[in-house]
Formats: sequence, structure tokens, C-alpha cells
Amino acid sequence: MSQSAVSTAPVKPAGVAERARPSLRRRTVEAAEKSWRPVALLLACFVAWWVISAAELVESYLVPSPGATLDVLLDKPDYLWQHSWVTTYETLLGFVIAVVVGVVAAVVMVYSSTVEKTLYPILLFAQVVPKIAIAPLFVVWLGFGITPKILIAVLIAFFPIVISMVTGLKAVDPEMLQLSATMGASPWQTFLKIRFPASLPHLFSGLKVAVTLAVTGAVVGEFVGANEGLGYVILQANGNLDTPMLFAGLLVMSLIGVILFVIVEIAEQLLLPWHASRRDGSVTTSY
Amino acid sequence: MPNDVTHSQAGTTLEKADVTKSVTPGGRTEAAAAAVRIDDVAVRFRSKKRDVTALTDVSLDIASGEFVAIVGPSGCGKSTLLKLVAGLLGPSAGEVRLGDERVSGPRHDIGYVFQRAALLEWRSALRNILLQAEIRKLPAAESRARAGELIRMTGLEGFEEALPHELSGGMQQRVALCRALLHRPPVLLMDEPFGALDALTREQMNVELRRIWQETGTTVILVTHSISEAVYLADRVVVMSARPGTVSEIIDAGLPAERGYSETMARPEFGTATTRIRELLGAASAAD
Ligand SMILES: Nc1ncnc2c1ncn2[C@@H]1O[C@H](COP(=O)(O)OP(=O)(O)O)[C@@H](O)[C@H]1O
Ligand SMILES: [Mg+2]
Repeated sequence: MSQSAVSTAPVKPAGVAERARPSLRRRTVEAAEKSWRPVALLLACFVAWWVISAAELVESYLVPSPGATLDVLLDKPDYLWQHSWVTTYETLLGFVIAVVVGVVAAVVMVYSSTVEKTLYPILLFAQVVPKIAIAPLFVVWLGFGITPKILIAVLIAFFPIVISMVTGLKAVDPEMLQLSATMGASPWQTFLKIRFPASLPHLFSGLKVAVTLAVTGAVVGEFVGANEGLGYVILQANGNLDTPMLFAGLLVMSLIGVILFVIVEIAEQLLLPWHASRRDGSVTTSY
Repeated sequence: MPNDVTHSQAGTTLEKADVTKSVTPGGRTEAAAAAVRIDDVAVRFRSKKRDVTALTDVSLDIASGEFVAIVGPSGCGKSTLLKLVAGLLGPSAGEVRLGDERVSGPRHDIGYVFQRAALLEWRSALRNILLQAEIRKLPAAESRARAGELIRMTGLEGFEEALPHELSGGMQQRVALCRALLHRPPVLLMDEPFGALDALTREQMNVELRRIWQETGTTVILVTHSISEAVYLADRVVVMSARPGTVSEIIDAGLPAERGYSETMARPEFGTATTRIRELLGAASAAD
């Protein structure tokens, strides 16, 4: 075209958000502001526990004092560490297997409605069967080793992963798919560049549920038949009426769950910074 | 940067080659070949509950390099018509031709812009634009040069690395426009691209789109709800009637090629055309 376009030079519009990363100090302050309430609540519970046991409102063999529990943690660190490691190992292995199998199953289900129709009822059945009820069967089949524990962790963590991944893969903007069709994208390109990344926020919300469930799965497996792991520790302590050890075991178990959850959340923020910042901006209010 | 020179040179050669292919040197008024030919097309959607006839007896020829706007009441099949041209949808009757080929599947020689920008949230503005090149496996250096050119043309400089949620609605739409133009498509399809923008940004985008169209020589089909936008931008405005959608009239306002925004709005031809379209649309909704 030969027309001149002098009169219509582009003007940079105002009102565009500055691309700012909050400083480390500000982020720390923000994290502190966000977390002081739960921390205060935890402290209050701890104080209540301490008061109840100190005032001997409940027999000490029923509820041990915080001091007694702490003593166990300090006296037998090797014992607890060894068994915690077993439980953590089973949990992580179960979780990782559940992620791999769950993601693959979700992808196959989304791309083939025949597979989806076939698998879905089985999945649902596997989900509604109480894991604690089939755990003994696994022990009978697979023995006292860590295999049945891992299997139960997989079974229990698998469902939220599949469901969230299927939701994520299906939630992709249909216009985005039409656009990729006009670009001549192959199914593989569409999956790799559009569908898979778009599904990750959904997947991560499933992973956070799954990782805490995996801990439960491993411990359930240990309850049914084991000679190591935190489930075994708790069962032993229960048999000996050793409530301080029982409480210590519970404490460590919860700690493992919390730490794994936080690790998944950190991984989410590192891998999906675009999602984290958008979510923060749309959900939190400033007062 | 010494690299810049080679990049822009590569870009220019590409442009020349493409322009001669899609537009006759004399300009679009003389263009003989129809870029898009819609021939007696009908579209029916069948579902369990009911059948919807979205379009009937639609015929429309669009010359190469022409700017055509489509207006009509909601649900009259404007989006359906664009999808037919893009090959995202097949007609129940009739045929659509793009260039000298019958459309029979998704076309790769078009650019598409939707009402929502449909950007990938995890990609920066630049990387969203370059998606077009990545999927088409276009040469990287050339595509980057072309993206830079489009970014300058749409006033997005400085925002290349911004993520979509950090951009205003108008800027997101510019990114979508750059992405649609990256591969120099002979035909650009736009479905209410400025529908979500405020009036001021919209005017600005109209002026820019007109300039970009003049610079690129692309054939444009623009669906819009705004009558003034249609008349200001287009060579011809296609007015459609309510369901089942069909072409009720095609209006050529006869405005000059050089269109300053407020001067054009003040022209008597502009008023005549908008009034006529308003009448037609009023009649359509009265009959509804
Ligand atoms: N995939 C579809 N299935 C069934 N009906 C559809 C589908 N797409 C569009 N329609 C119907 O076709 C008609 C035209 O739709 P559309 O082209 O989106 O209208 P417009 O863009 O003019 O508002 C509407 O009545 C709509 O409900
Ligand atoms: Mg529409």
C-alpha cells in the first residue's frame, strides 16, 4: 500500500501494570503477616495441652505432658528417625508412582472416550473401597515388606491426581484449540504447548491433596502388618501404653505431611509463577 | 546491534514475496481474484433437542486486500460464518473457497483473532506472538524480526516480556493481533476483537487496525457489534438478518481511503451509511 500513515502513529496506552517482583524482605513480611494467625492458634493449642497436663486434669497415661513427649523426641532420636525415614520413603515412592500413573491415565482418558468410559467406573470403585479394608489383603499377597505400604499409598493418592489432571486437560479454552488448528498444530504440539501447561494448575491442586493422603496410605499399610515405620511405632507404643511415644510418633507423622505439602507448594510456585501471582492477585483482598 | 540489520532485511524480502502473491501491485481496488468466495452456504446444527439453522443462502465475494465488516443481531451466525471461512466448521450446503481452493478443513493460511485474546497465560507477550512461528516451524531469526516489527507497529514495545495478566485488555488484544499477523496470512479473520474494550481504547485500536491493514495489504473480515466501527474500518459492510442468518444488504459507504478518525465521523457519507445500517438492524430485531 502506498498511503502514508503519519497521522496515526501508535501511542503507548497507559494503565498497564508494572512488572514488579516483590523484594525478598517484602515477601518475608507478607509471609509473616499471612502466617501469624495459624501460628498463634497452634501455640494456643500447645499451651492448652500444657495446662491440661500440668494441672493433671487428665491422667498422664492418657495424655502425656508436652515435656514428656519432648523427652521421647530427644531421648530416642535414632529410633524415631529410622522409622520416620521408612514411612517417608514409602510415602514418596507411592506418591511418585501415583503421579506418573495418574497423569498418564488422565491423558489417555482425555484423548480416548472409550478408555475413559472403561476406566472411570473401575477408578471410582477403587476409590470407594476403603483402603484400610483391603490393606490386610495386600499384606497377605505381598508380605510384610514395604511393597504393600507403597501400593496403598499409590491407591489412595492416585484418585485426586487423575481427577484434577482430567479436569485440567478438559478445561482448556476451546478458542485456543481452534487457534492451534488454524496454525496447523499436530496433536502432539497442541498437547505439549497448550493443553499440558494449561492443566498444571489443576494438577498441582490435586498433588497437594494427594501428597498428604500418601502419608496416610503408608501409615495405614504399616498398621496392618509391619515391623518398621511410624505406623509400627504408634502401634507398639499403644500396646505398651507408652503415650509419650505415641504422641511423639503422631507429631513426627504430621510434620512429614506438612513438610511434603509445603514442598509441593514451593514446587508449584517455582514451576508456575504465572499462576501463583495471578491467583494471589485475584483472591486476596488488601484489608 | 549489527544483528538487527540482517533481521529486518530478511523480514523485508519475505514481505515483498508475499505481497506480490496476495495483492496486485496496483492496490486492492483493481484486484481481480476473489480472496474469499462464499457460495450459497447453509449451516445447520443438529442436536438431540433441536435443530438450529444458523445460516441460509449466504453468498459473498471478498476481493483480495479488501476490508469487509459484518454486522448483525446476536446469534445470526456471524461467528459461524468466520469459522466456515477458517475451515473450523463445514457447511451443510454450498461451498466456501479461499483463494482458488475449496475449504475442506482447518486452513493454515489465515490469521484469527477472537473477542477474548486467548493468550497462553504462562507465556510472555513476545512468546505468545511467537507461538505461531513455533507451531508452524518458521525460521526463528526471521520470525523474531517479524515479531519485533509487529510489536513496533502495534505499540507494544517495552511489554515484550510481560505476562498476559500484567497487560490491559487493549494490550492483550494487540498481542493477539500480532500473533494472527506473524505468518503474513493473506486473510485475517476477526470475531468482535474489540468488544471487551472501553470506548477510548477501541477508537485507538480502530485507527491502528486501519493503518496496519493499509501497511500489510491483508484481506480482512471483521465481525463487530459496533456500526460506526464497521463503517469507519471497512470498504464494505455486510448487514445480516436475524436467525436464520442471511445477508440482507451490503453497504459501501464510499469513504476515502485516507481516514482520519474524527474527520471520517463527521462526513455525510458516514452518517448516511450508519443510519441505513441502523434501520436494517432495527427492522431485523423488530421482526424477531
Ligand atoms: N456448535 C454449535 N452447536 C449448536 N448450535 C450452535 C453452535 N454454534 C452456534 N450455534 C447456534 O448458531 C447460531 C449462530 O451462532 P453464532 O454464529 O455464534 O452467532 P453470532 O456470532 O452472530 O452471535 C446461534 O443460534 C447459536 O446458538
Ligand atoms: Mg459471535
